[in-house]
Amino acid sequence: MTIIDMTIHELHTELKEKRISSVEATTAMLERITAVEPQVGSFITVTPDQALADATAADRRIAAGDCRPLTGIPLAIKDIFLTEGIRTTCGSRILENFIPPYSATSWEKLRDQGAVLLGKLNQDEFAMGSSNESSAYGNTRNPWDTSCIPGGSSGGSAAAVAARQAIATLGTDTGGSIRQPASHCGCVGLKPTYGRVSRYGVIAYASSLDQVGPLTRDVTDCALMLGAIAGHDNKDSTSVDTPVPEYSAALTQGVKGLKIGLPKEYFIEGLDPDVQKAMDAAIDTYRRLGAEFVEISLPNTDYAVATYYLIATAEASSNLARYDGVRFGHRAEADGLLGMYTRSRSEGFGSEVKRRIMLGTYALSSGYYDAYYVKAQKVRTLIMNDFVRAFADVDVMLTPVAPTPAFKISEKINDPLQMYLSDIFTIPVNLAGTCAMSLPAGFSAAGLPVGLQLIGKPFGEETILRAGYAFEQATEWHTRNAPL
Amino acid sequence: MKITVAVVEHVARLARLELTPEEKELFAGQMDAILGYVEKLKELDTDGIIPTSHAVPMENAFREDAVRPSIGLDKALANAPARSGSFFVVPKVIE
Repeated sequence: MTIIDMTIHELHTELKEKRISSVEATTAMLERITAVEPQVGSFITVTPDQALADATAADRRIAAGDCRPLTGIPLAIKDIFLTEGIRTTCGSRILENFIPPYSATSWEKLRDQGAVLLGKLNQDEFAMGSSNESSAYGNTRNPWDTSCIPGGSSGGSAAAVAARQAIATLGTDTGGSIRQPASHCGCVGLKPTYGRVSRYGVIAYASSLDQVGPLTRDVTDCALMLGAIAGHDNKDSTSVDTPVPEYSAALTQGVKGLKIGLPKEYFIEGLDPDVQKAMDAAIDTYRRLGAEFVEISLPNTDYAVATYYLIATAEASSNLARYDGVRFGHRAEADGLLGMYTRSRSEGFGSEVKRRIMLGTYALSSGYYDAYYVKAQKVRTLIMNDFVRAFADVDVMLTPVAPTPAFKISEKINDPLQMYLSDIFTIPVNLAGTCAMSLPAGFSAAGLPVGLQLIGKPFGEETILRAGYAFEQATEWHTRNAPL
Repeated sequence: MKITVAVVEHVARLARLELTPEEKELFAGQMDAILGYVEKLKELDTDGIIPTSHAVPMENAFREDAVRPSIGLDKALANAPARSGSFFVVPKVIE
């Protein structure tokens, strides 16, 4: 097996046994990035010098007998994570020259273990998008079919794993931004429970929904990455002080007797036949493994997208008020302070970001606040209650991740509402604040990956990882490589 | 309510955005379609429902009020578009 095809746990064994050095592994990944990047476009910034310095340091650590699960493993992270001294753009022109003065806690935690930084990954601008087409730094293309989108907003994070440009990556998920690209690119992606992972140093989009999570080649790696980044952080007052379980230990317990809910609102007419086929096969697999299925109902599912696009845009309009040209980011020349604010923002933001700021500003404006924003927060309560009620009867839920496999580049770019509706199965999880994972569950007739979503109870990551691992052991979808 | 170009102009002023005539037309149509779609929330009776602002119930997070090192002047000002000594420079505010 070549280095670029390895998982974290496979490469870890090679590093620990000193059969491969981190410098060798990192060099192999950097060569792979150079070779396929013109076709994929996963990265905004590649950091070869940083990577080789990190790898050299990791090799010293390993030589001294200190080889933790991520020591010397070449990773890449979405460009939404602040990295001290390394440009961080969040996919936006407004941060084109921004060099953060500190690093995100989640990245610091990976660094503490000795992980290697290959670079910063492409994404939709400020994580607003489902296709990576709103990036100011060019499209990322799907490694399985480069005429298709990789999904978004963590499109670069998913494409880099699928194109074997990084062993694993970090992304963020506000309405499906880890799970949907993971599904479209055929990798594993987990959105932890809100509060499970610190958001300190992660550029904010919608603060009551944003969460950090891993994208990996298999479930074992996903458990390793989650274990490394989870936990309370004094610097993020929304992070929850609950002990972090040993996620890797939970994987092998099987699914015998596990109660899996099938929310009927997610298996709708109009679901793509390829997706339906993959779901049917997955249900069969779980039945064979001894899981029990229960039909459940999440009656307010149909209101989730509308709720999300009011709450997320309202929070975004407030969060993005900080980009005013005063302290950091792009500043336009103008007469007077107001002119400078307005022109800096108008030159720096792209179209999708402006549209969402406009929607959010409208929803929060005088006369509409109760009708839109407060109404959406009330419906959010109903959606959360749906999950609480359904989880009284089941351990996990199984659903599609997206209604279709990856669509073509430009197919939905002129119809924002259609684009928003592609997140219909992922958004409710963010509104409910719980955890969910996407994992490879098959391929469409055209050869595009199809993912399945396992939704867990709040802080039930162990259960979805265990269920995901059992599925992975019984199938071989995760072993296929993109033809690139 | 129909989202007209005049509404778009008003919201853009609130959001500190300057839009081109083409953007105004485009956003008026798109915002109208999106806000038309979210009207469906009105089908739901939410009387007496408590709004959710956070998914995880949370009390105020307190920490000890202790002196700690902070980021430092040079780091904090390193990304300033214009700087003078220990200050961010902005266009003149008061005539």
